[in-house]
Amino acid sequence: MSTAAPQEAAAAEPRRRLPNRAGMPPWVEKVVVPVVFLVAAAFLPFLFDSGANFISTCALALAYTVMALGLNIIVGFAGLLDLGYVAFYAIGAYAMGWLGSGFFAHVNDDKGWHVAVTGFAASLPGIHLNFLLVLVGAMILTTIAGVLIGLPTLRLRGDYIAIVTLAFGEIIGKAAVNSDEVKLSGFPIIGGWLGDTFGQDQAVTAGRQGITPVDKVDLPFVDVFTSLNQRPWYWLALAMVAVVLFVNFRLRDSRLGRAWVALREDEVAAVSMGVPAVRTKLLAYGTGAAFGGFAGAYLGSKNNTVNADQFQFFFSIYVLGMVILGGLGSIWGVVLGAITLTFINYELLPELRDWPSKVGLDFDVSEINFGIYGFLLVIMMILRPQGLLPERRRKMELTVEADTHDESVYAARA
Amino acid sequence: MSETTASNGGVVLQTANVTKQFGGLTAVSDVTFRVPERSIVSIIGPNGAGKTTFFNMLTGFYKPTIGTIEFGGRDVTGRRPDIIMKLGMARTFQNIRLFATMSAAENVMVGQNSRMKAGLFGSIIRTPGVRKEEKRVREKAEAELEYVGLRRSWHDQLAINLSYGDQRRIEIARALASDPKILLLDEPTAGMNPQESDELTAFMRKLREERGITIVLIEHDMKVIMGVSENITVLDHGEKIAEGPPAEVRTNPRVIEAYLGKQGQEEG
Repeated sequence: MSTAAPQEAAAAEPRRRLPNRAGMPPWVEKVVVPVVFLVAAAFLPFLFDSGANFISTCALALAYTVMALGLNIIVGFAGLLDLGYVAFYAIGAYAMGWLGSGFFAHVNDDKGWHVAVTGFAASLPGIHLNFLLVLVGAMILTTIAGVLIGLPTLRLRGDYIAIVTLAFGEIIGKAAVNSDEVKLSGFPIIGGWLGDTFGQDQAVTAGRQGITPVDKVDLPFVDVFTSLNQRPWYWLALAMVAVVLFVNFRLRDSRLGRAWVALREDEVAAVSMGVPAVRTKLLAYGTGAAFGGFAGAYLGSKNNTVNADQFQFFFSIYVLGMVILGGLGSIWGVVLGAITLTFINYELLPELRDWPSKVGLDFDVSEINFGIYGFLLVIMMILRPQGLLPERRRKMELTVEADTHDESVYAARA
Repeated sequence: MSETTASNGGVVLQTANVTKQFGGLTAVSDVTFRVPERSIVSIIGPNGAGKTTFFNMLTGFYKPTIGTIEFGGRDVTGRRPDIIMKLGMARTFQNIRLFATMSAAENVMVGQNSRMKAGLFGSIIRTPGVRKEEKRVREKAEAELEYVGLRRSWHDQLAINLSYGDQRRIEIARALASDPKILLLDEPTAGMNPQESDELTAFMRKLREERGITIVLIEHDMKVIMGVSENITVLDHGEKIAEGPPAEVRTNPRVIEAYLGKQGQEEG
């Protein structure tokens, strides 16, 4: 076995020599591209008016990038198809709504709780925590939610995981819609205390009306953000993307990242190689969810409302679409996918609005947005199933035709 | 029982009356089995005899319906596979099960997962400890691949792109990377030509001599079995029908019957 075997094996079947790492070398992927991307992106707002709608759309694209990178950990790295990612957006946004608005108007005898907030919010009733504290709270809540959704899926595979996560997303969405009728004081056991603290009539959410207004982001050393100047929003989102990119790269090239991919590739083999399946999967759900909460809190503040209508099933598909469009498991692919889909949604589709009237037709393009969307995705899947910037692994998997010796691998994985 | 010269008399793995039933079907029935330290033993039997099911119980994938499994002096009955692996039992599979889209080296690095400490936050911050561990694991992976004879230039190739023989090598390297006490090989010579089988046989001996690893083997190739095993256990219809050194088993009438069928009678 250890002797002269390789030579004759090679002689027996000539095989394609592939470059060590297809695509970008590691230092390009992890140093050059991020520096160029982040620096270029940081200067972009100077080309536009500070209140420009375009900058606002860019900020949204970056926030969605954070979410897509979070979902990429769950779906792309660990291979757990999650169709309920909107739940984490919702929980993150509600963390913002609860901890940074006048929603709990009666706390502290209508005087409100304020922790490290400045400006207008400091004088309002309700709970007002500093945005950084809200972020921490949102990430803790979503991590817990991620682990909770992970638990019932541990024994399941593939499609079944999708169904459970789908249901979870729906539950959170419906709970958000209907919890405006649920009074905190009505909770068993702790209801009395909650009623005394928050007021007897305090509901859990504001349903479709939405919790609004929401505190603007308030960071140390800078002025409180305003909706008139979109640049700080954009830069904050860019900073969040930078953090999340860093974490993604670090995790991908770590013990945990390899364990995720191993589980995705072959759970039986991974477990027999000492990968603890439960722990590893829950870490994927937890970290992926935390990024959803991160972006959710930001969007709650940026949109100035935390509204149950935002948390529909469509949103889960939207984020999943970004991940698939860019290339499952590929970090830069997902960034590109998120930016592309956001621009299609916020810039391209509104552009199309006038077209029907130009050719003498009378219908509203926004009504067939989903159709256009679906059409683009189908085209994409036919022309480039591996995504815009595929992960090197998947690229090979899809483009290298199966040799005879590959067959055994496919059989083993089936 | 024939203890071998290589064994120092200790028993590394033993089962007592292990039985596995799937619904009404008894796949393995009342098998008692001992593996002396530093020995090479084989489990043979016709297809469907319950060999792989037995392996799956040893490695923790199935919980025995009845019976106990003791490994390294510890009762591991019903423990999780990753925990049993951590205790020092590594395996390969009948159909090669590599992580197809990982490189050869990465595959072997996964094999060391249980020997690593890096956690979520440590990996994000990449502490000096994590950095050092990562380097050590990478070097160990290279060394193991070299040990099983995979060309250095192929270490960073995706496992899926390598030949069948090389994939087998990587699978063994992956199992060895955790420095196991015992290695369970499920039909390692399947699909190999006679020369490759001979090399593997030599390699198993080398493993035992150089690294003191105990080997349990499921095999169909009689030449390999007779050449390498010190002790053979024969399963048929889930039951242990014979046990002993190769020369004994070879002439055992029940074994001949199980393989060739009883003269003039249908097989049960």
